[in-house]
Amino acid sequence: MNTTIMLFLVQDGITNGAIYALLGLALVLVFAVTRVILIPQGEFVTYGALTYASLAAGQMPGTAKLALALGIGAFAFDLFVARKALHGRLVVRSCITNIVLPAIVLALTIYFAAQKPPVAVCIALSLVIVAMIGLYLYRIAFQPLAHTSVLVLLIASVGVHLALQGLGLLFFGAEGQRGPAVLSGAFTAGALRFTGQSITVYAITIAFIVGLWLFFGLTLYGKALRATAVNRLGARLAGIRTTLSGQIAFLLASVIGALSGIMIVPITTLYYDSGFLIGLKGFVAAIIGGLVSYPLTAVAALVVGIVEAFSSFYASNYKEVIVFMLLIPVLLLRSLAAPAVEEEKD
Amino acid sequence: MQSRLPVLVFALVMAAIPHLPGMPPFWIVLLDNIGLAALVAMGLVLLTGVGGLTSFGQAAFVGFGAYTTAVLSTAYGLSPWLTLPLSLLVSGSLAVLLGLITVRLSGHYLPLGTLAWGLGLFYLFSKLEFLGRNDGISAIPPLSIGAFKMLSPGSIYYAIWVAVIVSALLTMNLLDSRTGRAIRALRRGHVAAEAFGVHTPRAKLLVFIHAAVLAGLSGWLYAHLQRAVNPTPFGAQAGIEYLFIAVVGGAGYVWGGVLGAAIVVVLKEVLQSYLPLILPGSGQVETIVFGIMLVALLQLAPGGLWPWLISFLPERSGGRKPDTSLKLEHRARAAGESGVLLQVEKARKQFGGVVAVNNVSFDVQAREIVALIGPNGAGKSTTFNLITGVLSATSGSISVLGKKVDNAPPQEIVKLGISRTFQHVKLVPDMTVLENVAIGAHLRGHSGPITSMLRLDRADEAKLLAEAARQIERVGLTEQMHQLAGSLSLGQQRIVEIARALCVDPMLLLLDEPAAGLRHMEKQRLAALLRELRDGGMSVLLVEHDMGFVMNLADRIVVLDFGTKIAEGTPATIKTNPEVIKAYLGVAA
Repeated sequence: MNTTIMLFLVQDGITNGAIYALLGLALVLVFAVTRVILIPQGEFVTYGALTYASLAAGQMPGTAKLALALGIGAFAFDLFVARKALHGRLVVRSCITNIVLPAIVLALTIYFAAQKPPVAVCIALSLVIVAMIGLYLYRIAFQPLAHTSVLVLLIASVGVHLALQGLGLLFFGAEGQRGPAVLSGAFTAGALRFTGQSITVYAITIAFIVGLWLFFGLTLYGKALRATAVNRLGARLAGIRTTLSGQIAFLLASVIGALSGIMIVPITTLYYDSGFLIGLKGFVAAIIGGLVSYPLTAVAALVVGIVEAFSSFYASNYKEVIVFMLLIPVLLLRSLAAPAVEEEKD
Repeated sequence: MQSRLPVLVFALVMAAIPHLPGMPPFWIVLLDNIGLAALVAMGLVLLTGVGGLTSFGQAAFVGFGAYTTAVLSTAYGLSPWLTLPLSLLVSGSLAVLLGLITVRLSGHYLPLGTLAWGLGLFYLFSKLEFLGRNDGISAIPPLSIGAFKMLSPGSIYYAIWVAVIVSALLTMNLLDSRTGRAIRALRRGHVAAEAFGVHTPRAKLLVFIHAAVLAGLSGWLYAHLQRAVNPTPFGAQAGIEYLFIAVVGGAGYVWGGVLGAAIVVVLKEVLQSYLPLILPGSGQVETIVFGIMLVALLQLAPGGLWPWLISFLPERSGGRKPDTSLKLEHRARAAGESGVLLQVEKARKQFGGVVAVNNVSFDVQAREIVALIGPNGAGKSTTFNLITGVLSATSGSISVLGKKVDNAPPQEIVKLGISRTFQHVKLVPDMTVLENVAIGAHLRGHSGPITSMLRLDRADEAKLLAEAARQIERVGLTEQMHQLAGSLSLGQQRIVEIARALCVDPMLLLLDEPAAGLRHMEKQRLAALLRELRDGGMSVLLVEHDMGFVMNLADRIVVLDFGTKIAEGTPATIKTNPEVIKAYLGVAA
């Protein structure tokens, strides 16, 4: 192997790894705050990517309608939970966030989809649509289960994944799609060619890592989220609304997922079911990071990306085998290094 | 203990179904699939619901079973009956291998670890040349007895359901035994189980193998039902599906696995065949509806459907009282359990910069009640954990009967005849008081998993339960014997813990705040019991905050403050010790 190929593989690995890092971060965030292992993270990726690609191609994405439908569901859940103590302000607030907002976005989407909007509008709409889907999903599927065990939450998460994947096929069809580059242009440095797209990927990943770090370290909401992650009951006693923490976590996760999707879709063709595998690789990184550490997750994601790039070059048949088996030694090391005493509580 | 009558009725019903007139053959196919899924789910019930180990990788074990028989019966022409033990052996031994690396994983690492190798193995199945890559292997011979070939779904039906019912019986037998109690204690963390000699990694590995063998059996049957295998049904999706079969049915119940399989298989079938009629022309509507129904089901019955159904049945009256005339032989005692039983010398425990126990020395003599007192955070419970091997000391030494036991694991400490209770009660809430207490006698029984499954452990088991019943009687909880431990008051649960500790037949009993939550009369009864135990030759080391209780009971008192021993002596001298008064009441201004 010569240096050029090696450098090229490393570059490829870092670009993919950066995406996995973002997804890994989102998974860690959601797990820490809500104890949900977010398998639908992959669907957030494909929804974001395919909504963006559809809009750019001048088609109407079904996800906007889904957001409104889920919003109506979330509104119904809100009303049902508060049925004993309904008061006007609550109803109005819930109605605005759950129905009015997605309705406006739907209207905007219909308006813009007809006239091939510029890239920036496509990105903004896709992000808002997927963010709302994430938020309402938490309200409908996970908030009522917040008190149950990690296992039940996990199975619910699988259910949501199946439903979303099926809906993805309904909305986008079995054909793969590609979207326009977020940033066009390229430059070369030595033997390597950097495209605007890959630079965007690096920049956004770094921005997110720094942003999350600042959010959790410096803001009150960030600290509230961390408190919820450590001790739910304690956080509630301290006056933190844990449902709000869950909503913020899902909101962030869905935005991160959609953004990752928008960044990948100009590079590779995505299908309605591509998200699962991409999400799983983010998982691998998150697990290596122990589902708690953000910097470690980011580093692990880069390693996963690079290993994947090299194994697809040398043994492309066994690419997935190698990536997933990479976990075993890491898990072993981690659990031997810290034999935590865990007590599962129901 | 449990009645086998419902199982017999169920078996007869299942045997009769194919003979019902007008039974559509298609239903038989569905029942075959339900049986196959139920086998895997049953293993998961034991693994996940009972043992607390979540595995996404069960589909891979089904694959091992199926591919083993597929390769051997096609490429080497082996009879399917010969490949059955080989299929089980392959699944079982790969479970040992994968189990050794994964069951040590704690918390959420474990499910994710199983997901990882589950995926890895799936890709391996689809890439290996001798397994036929993505096309798999076809033309697998059918099962046959003599000239009778089980070619149709209706003929293999019996093989499948015999396997399901036999496996269910064996699994239920296993759960209702010495090994079963150890497995059922796993989910509640391993500290309590290990304190009574349960080797938790071994117990975890055991359930892991059990689940894998059941999955392998399902795979073997699957290969001969379909007569072809390919990698698709052994992937991550399938692994996840088995898990939610178990959860939907009720992950803690053997029959929950069967019920879950029935619900999920039928639901999928109904959705697949009827939804397109309602909503024509759209792709994966059934997946969407299926996913939504799954979430809805969990929100309505988070514990699964089986316990929900069972709650409609009239409550069964408590079980029989074990025959207490059966005696368990006493633990072999080291010669001369007299003089100094326990010697703690300069024991020290640091957590980072915090010195929880600072060079503490004291001893416990034979036939003596020693109390360890001190304000909150004085290091009393940490000292207990050092003695019982839950924590390892930073420095210093601990000896039992003159022999150093520094940093021996809890399972070894209990073998020396030291048993304990916990400050925060560690009982298994969904097991009866009797079963909880019987865990204490774990080391005094001998039956292993195989004898338990085959019900050859009954003599041993009867003795264990008799001993447990005797100790329950001794602490005065006979009436609560068959209640679930979780339904008792906290004070009673502490007493149950004492009974469990007594089941070890200990020479030294360590009690961590036994009187907390007890009423006055109960405290007096407890004190009387402890005196009786001392007079019978046992020593007691207890941590307690109730000064009246301690002063009247203890022969000697050791006082800790901020991890350091500040006084030692008889109750009378401790009461007037200025250091002790200062630690408890502060200095007069």
